Amino acid sequence: MPVLEIEDLSVSYGAVHALTDVSFTAAEGEVTAVLGANGAGKTTLLRAITGLVRPRKGTVRYDGEQLDKMSVEKIVRHGVAHVPEGRSVIEEMTVDENLRLGALWRFSRRQRGPVIEEIYGLFPPLAERRRQHANTLSGGERQMLAIGRALVSRPKVLLLDEPSLGLAPIVTARLMAVLRDLTQASNLIVVLVEQNARSSLSIAQKAVVINLGRVVVCDDAAKLAGDTELRHHYLGY
Amino acid sequence: MQFFLNITLGGIATGMIVAAVALGLVLIFRATNIVNFAQGAMAMMTTYIAYAVLHKGSGYWLAFVVALATGLLFGALTQVVLIRPLQGKSPLNAIIVTFGFLIFLEGLAGAIWGSQTRTFPAPFSEAGQKIGNTQIAFSPFDVFVVLAVLALMILMLVLFRGTDLGLRMRAVAFAPETARLLGVRVRPLLTLGWALSAAAGVLAALLVVPTSSLTPNFMDVILIYGFTAAVVGGLDSPVGALVGGLATGLSLAYVGGYLGGSLEPMAALALVIVSLMIRPEGLFARPAPRRV
Repeated sequence: MPVLEIEDLSVSYGAVHALTDVSFTAAEGEVTAVLGANGAGKTTLLRAITGLVRPRKGTVRYDGEQLDKMSVEKIVRHGVAHVPEGRSVIEEMTVDENLRLGALWRFSRRQRGPVIEEIYGLFPPLAERRRQHANTLSGGERQMLAIGRALVSRPKVLLLDEPSLGLAPIVTARLMAVLRDLTQASNLIVVLVEQNARSSLSIAQKAVVINLGRVVVCDDAAKLAGDTELRHHYLGY
Repeated sequence: MQFFLNITLGGIATGMIVAAVALGLVLIFRATNIVNFAQGAMAMMTTYIAYAVLHKGSGYWLAFVVALATGLLFGALTQVVLIRPLQGKSPLNAIIVTFGFLIFLEGLAGAIWGSQTRTFPAPFSEAGQKIGNTQIAFSPFDVFVVLAVLALMILMLVLFRGTDLGLRMRAVAFAPETARLLGVRVRPLLTLGWALSAAAGVLAALLVVPTSSLTPNFMDVILIYGFTAAVVGGLDSPVGALVGGLATGLSLAYVGGYLGGSLEPMAALALVIVSLMIRPEGLFARPAPRRV
């Protein structure tokens, strides 16, 4: 069974060590939650997996192939989709154009239509706004579009950076439910970076807690959610 | 009234040429945040090549096509050789390089072809037309100028709005990192952007050279007007380039017509100052990104 394998990953920005010897494995059909405070290195971790930053040492492997020397475009073509934090939709483009852009490298012109319709089926609010520019969307719709645009290329690994940031709790809950179902239905490997530990632990099978660039906990999500002391110490609730 | 009409028509013709220059600047700026000071000089070099082709005895249209093709190639080559190595550094580095390239090219052209003025023919008559009893200062060549630039604009519109390639180019311009995460190969698109930009500059040069005559620095003034237009319209908006170009052309024509031709450069400066005071980001610029 293919897995995403991160081994001894270290990333520095000049003299600042953002990540030090991070190792964990994310499996198919599972959500792996990466938790930690602001500045712990969670975003850097995802950026290192997709090649946006180069690790100082360590490896990233997916399905036996080493990703950490490849270009971003090549990593994407290996089925890794990354939804960056915040407003990563292209505001100057319509909803439809954003989705088309996500499908470009993967599908021919003819195949694209049905694939994009699938995404509209997954996120019905987007279907009503397909001709609108993305800057007219609400926060929740933007996040749906960003995730939909990643899914349209039928990835095998989905990296999500703070998808709940700035969303109303009810919207977050709906998004998490869609993610949970999708992960199982499509047998995805999902790495979910969140500050909102409670909602991400509710759908995750595995949890990795990062503190100051190091992995401090790597365990079952249910176990972490049940361990009051650990939760207090690292997650603040 | 007839005088007003005539200078308006003249302003439109000039404005379209200025718009082509501005479009070239915008194509590069919005993809890379680089202002290409060498655009005019690159077009000037290409025009000398077109001149050489003409004087080999070929017809105007062959020279026209050769110039555009050379322009595309020259733009791509400049990006690969001069600009690509500076990628990832401050855009200011590349801007200074383009400025140096401008001085280099004008020096080189002077060394090869000398600084004497040469006349470059127009494909159509430059004489005004009589409609009924009224003399209109709009020549068949002016009609060609307007149509050629309109054709360029429409081609760009079709490319950007109607094709996958255009979708990719827009993605790279608006959000390069997001584009890469969606599997877009950015490097060849940047090269293509420079090629198209240079071709727009060459078109402007070919349209302006019959009236200004060919010298190593004949593009300097029109490039300044192109900057004016791009600043007025918004440095990252192709529509802004067209509107800014027409606004600049008309302002120049009215000031030149009513107040005297020597005031034209001042009019361009005044236009920049006023537009920067009222709308510093330009008429059609997209709003600066906000972080929440």
